[in-house]
Amino acid sequence: MDFQVVILAGGFSSNLVPLVSKEVPKALLPVANRPVLSYVLDLLESNNLKDLIVVVEGEDAALKVGGWISSACVDRLHVEVAAVAENIGTAGALRAIAHHLTAKDILIVSGDIVSDIPPGAVAATHRRHDAVVTVMLCAQPVSGPSESGGSSGKDKTKKPACEDIVGLDSWKQFLLYIAKGTEIKKDTRVNKSILCAAGKMELRSDLMDSHIYAFKRSVLQEVLDQKPAFRSLKQDVLPYLVRTQLRSDVSSDQNNVEENGNGKDNMQNNEVVLSQILSNASLPSFHQVYESGLDSRKTHKCCVYIADESKIFVRLNSIQAFMDVNRDVIGDANHLSGYSFSAHHNIVHPSAELGSKTTVGPHCMLGEGSQVGDKCSVKRSVIGRHCRIGSNVKIVNSVVMDHATIGDGCSIQGSVICSNAQLQERATLRDCQVEAGYIVCAGGEHKGETFARR
Amino acid sequence: MDTRRGALAVPKVRRVGFFTPTEPPPESSQRPNRSQSGPVEATTSSSPLSDSPSGNLISPVLIPPSRHHSDNLTSHAAAPVPVPGPAAFRRYLAHDRSLHVGSYNAPDSLLGTSPPSSNGEFSEDSVSLFGFQRSDSTKLSASFPNGGFDLTLAVRAPQESETIIETASASEGKKKIAEVSGKSESVTTKPQKEKEPKSLKDKTTKAERRAIQEAQRAAKAAAKGEGKRHADESVEANPGKAAKKPQPKKERPPISSSVSEKTAVAVEKEKRMDVPQTQMQYDDKSRVDKAKRRAVVEQTETKNKVELFLHLPQYERGSQLPNLSSNFFTLDTIHHAVYKVGLQHLAGDISGDNARCIAMLQAFEEAIKDYTTPPMKDLTMDLTTKINGYVSFLIECRPLSMSMGNAIRFLKNQIRKLPVNLSEPEAKASLCSDIGRFIDEKIILSDKVIVQHAVSKIRDGEVLLTYGFSCVVEMILLYAHEIGKKFRVVIVDARPNLEGKKLLRRLVSRGLDCTYTHINAISYIMREATRVFLGASSIFSNGTLYSKVGTACVAMVANAFSVPVIVCCEAYKFHERVLLDSICSNELGDPDAVANIPSFSTKAKQSKMMDNNKNLQFLNLMYDSTPSEYISMIVSDYGMIPPTSIPVIVREYRRENLLL
Repeated sequence: MDFQVVILAGGFSSNLVPLVSKEVPKALLPVANRPVLSYVLDLLESNNLKDLIVVVEGEDAALKVGGWISSACVDRLHVEVAAVAENIGTAGALRAIAHHLTAKDILIVSGDIVSDIPPGAVAATHRRHDAVVTVMLCAQPVSGPSESGGSSGKDKTKKPACEDIVGLDSWKQFLLYIAKGTEIKKDTRVNKSILCAAGKMELRSDLMDSHIYAFKRSVLQEVLDQKPAFRSLKQDVLPYLVRTQLRSDVSSDQNNVEENGNGKDNMQNNEVVLSQILSNASLPSFHQVYESGLDSRKTHKCCVYIADESKIFVRLNSIQAFMDVNRDVIGDANHLSGYSFSAHHNIVHPSAELGSKTTVGPHCMLGEGSQVGDKCSVKRSVIGRHCRIGSNVKIVNSVVMDHATIGDGCSIQGSVICSNAQLQERATLRDCQVEAGYIVCAGGEHKGETFARR
Repeated sequence: MDTRRGALAVPKVRRVGFFTPTEPPPESSQRPNRSQSGPVEATTSSSPLSDSPSGNLISPVLIPPSRHHSDNLTSHAAAPVPVPGPAAFRRYLAHDRSLHVGSYNAPDSLLGTSPPSSNGEFSEDSVSLFGFQRSDSTKLSASFPNGGFDLTLAVRAPQESETIIETASASEGKKKIAEVSGKSESVTTKPQKEKEPKSLKDKTTKAERRAIQEAQRAAKAAAKGEGKRHADESVEANPGKAAKKPQPKKERPPISSSVSEKTAVAVEKEKRMDVPQTQMQYDDKSRVDKAKRRAVVEQTETKNKVELFLHLPQYERGSQLPNLSSNFFTLDTIHHAVYKVGLQHLAGDISGDNARCIAMLQAFEEAIKDYTTPPMKDLTMDLTTKINGYVSFLIECRPLSMSMGNAIRFLKNQIRKLPVNLSEPEAKASLCSDIGRFIDEKIILSDKVIVQHAVSKIRDGEVLLTYGFSCVVEMILLYAHEIGKKFRVVIVDARPNLEGKKLLRRLVSRGLDCTYTHINAISYIMREATRVFLGASSIFSNGTLYSKVGTACVAMVANAFSVPVIVCCEAYKFHERVLLDSICSNELGDPDAVANIPSFSTKAKQSKMMDNNKNLQFLNLMYDSTPSEYISMIVSDYGMIPPTSIPVIVREYRRENLLL
């Protein structure tokens, strides 16, 4: 279908410290014991997209991601891992790999998505309208990331809602305005000519940008070349294209006019009639109306695809989101995880050992080779591989990564214990994050803390 | 052969909607039973519908050779079947017959007590007309042995052969309905056949040869089995038993005739490949299920359908588009240009027959450009199957219009005619140029010709009324304005698409004097009009105009006010079918479009409630048919003609139309 897929897998996201580290780049952060990148790859594979370019920030991270990819899915997918310098932004990353891009259109997917929205829908919308850029919007999670997990929320990990404000035309096909909710303080500017041309604009704050875009390659590269200052797709390139859609200086469709020039006079005349018939037949979008109103104006279209509300979409961009994703994948959205659930709605690996009187509740996951002592209680939590958990431990709403050691009598609520971390006896954690390899002392009672080595 | 011929001669009228199942048999001439082919031939050639589709390609299995070889010699000479095939076939049967002559004559004479009017022709008709209507089985059973069918599978007991024929002809009838456009090349009249010996020669398709072979095999097997049975109990000799038997047998006809039916199905399949499938009967459960399994686009049919239009596809609009678009990457078999066109058809981005046809052809052109023949495959065959896949995809997106069907037929013909020694790039280039030529000559040039002709009919001071939006009419109006004619335009429009608005906007921007009104005001506004210009989706060979719904109303009102109605239609939209009503073939649009009125959009909840109401059905018809008596003149590439001349044009120019 002449589409190229670029996955922007990022590097070490500062939002996710201490979960990410030099050892674990963001793309490999485990969600239900699988790297988050695998969800994206699965989604693309199910859509028959097997030629992928994964862009990773930083050489080390790229090596790690590449290693994982080659071990996990070398036989199924054809993945190219490209390393780019750190902190050059998404636009910079695309600039760096521009020479790899050859297809007519490019699908850009963020690497931290857990979703079941078919990317084909975006591509189809893009093609249908012959757009320059198509953005997938999805409904803001209704329950909001903040009040998730019942007891765990309402604390300092709660981030200000960074919704996007989007302006749509009355058919919800075109994007007229986009801004980040946090950027808008008191007032904002809306392009008057666009408003006049479209007639009506619907401003919505209940939709968020899903970081899945389809770009026309020629336009994207032109913009990247012309505007070296642009760093981010979302914050620079996209608003720029939306802003300039009625006074386009990108050469979107002009090449076919040139092609016609070499034909005979009569033929050219026919071509004109032909294109006229075709354009007359379709309901003109406001772009065309605007174009026809004044000569020598060029426009381009920025389309949106609004995902169905029943679809699941989560971006892993904060610690809270990480908790949510883990909870959802083994809970409501368990078809994404690819695991088969037991009758108790949980997954306990056959090699996991459970002590006597230990209960593992629904929506739980126990990884391969983990040992849980006596009289433990695990509720709505994900426990990684080869963890050792002592007796009388209570784990609720938490994520325990591989090889963690938890001493007897610990109580963990709403926390993330990274791999190789160690909790000594009777430690009580509530809404805490423990960095990989950190040792939490015995008997301490902590709430909302981040344990990291300085 | 005789009975088959008889069936062909009958105009294809499909009865849909409400009718009494036990209809009295149409009056059929009383002819000597055996040698029918003479008179039937005569009716065939005299009938204006002689060149009705799916002529001689009917599988040879089903064609019973007549007793007198001389009778069907003529037809065989003209038939596209290779000579050795049927000859051998006939020999077989002749041989069999010589064995069992006595046996089959007995039931024949016994059943001769049935009314003589029910000869083979009638029964064939009744089956092909009411393929599903098995109620008049007694008539059938009486008629078949009578009408020379005893010769077909003489070896079998009469009831067996009858069931074969019944199922076969039933399926035949259905298929004929399904393949609306049919095979134009297979012409039944002799003179035309002689004109095109070449095209007929290369029509000995694989399917036919295989069918013949299988027929022979079947006949052999039947002969063997029959021989055994004959030795055992001599069933055939007992006519009473034979006459009684049909009733229980009828309930499971496929068992006794599995072989021949299989071949029939195979042939049918092959044939269907050739022909752009314009229509499927959606009230036929098994077929719909089969189609669903094949379908690329997942579709859910609407539950609340209007009973009269059950045979037309109607899907839930909302479910189709997301489904199709989410499969964007998984549909590898569909070329992306074709995919885009399909998407645009589905979403309604492109409307208008010319535009749809052009878009489709351009997509095909692009697909052909990107096409490479896989190894070990023939370009002609493989490309045809590819195109077939695209076409069925497009049909799933939206039923094809008649003109698109014609264009597809042209393209396939072009592919079939490719010289074998042509290299792949050459073949592709030739096909692309053919497509370009079709667009240029058949659509654009003919539009120009039509404009030239029609403008001569516009005089100063006239008030021209037009309905909806037709690109030819727009061109005419703009051109007439350009050359300085002074006239006024009345644009009549109708919900829900309001296509006239597009026309209005463009005309007004060019400075034409326009009046815009809706169709409910037609009788008032018609007083002002001096001429009515209409566009067309298709014109059938009985002169019926098939166009956007509401056109008939406009034409009739114009007729009542004695305003001349001028239809502008490119000749490639002419179709050899005959249409009597707008029920048989039509298209159902989005029912919600009728229900949702923009100004009442706030009451969306209410309409939701209405959607679930079982007692409420929405009908959004897309087309209607205008009888030819309401049309004063048709302007086409061949000049200004009365609607009665359409069959002539279709007959005389169709070949040229198809082959360019």
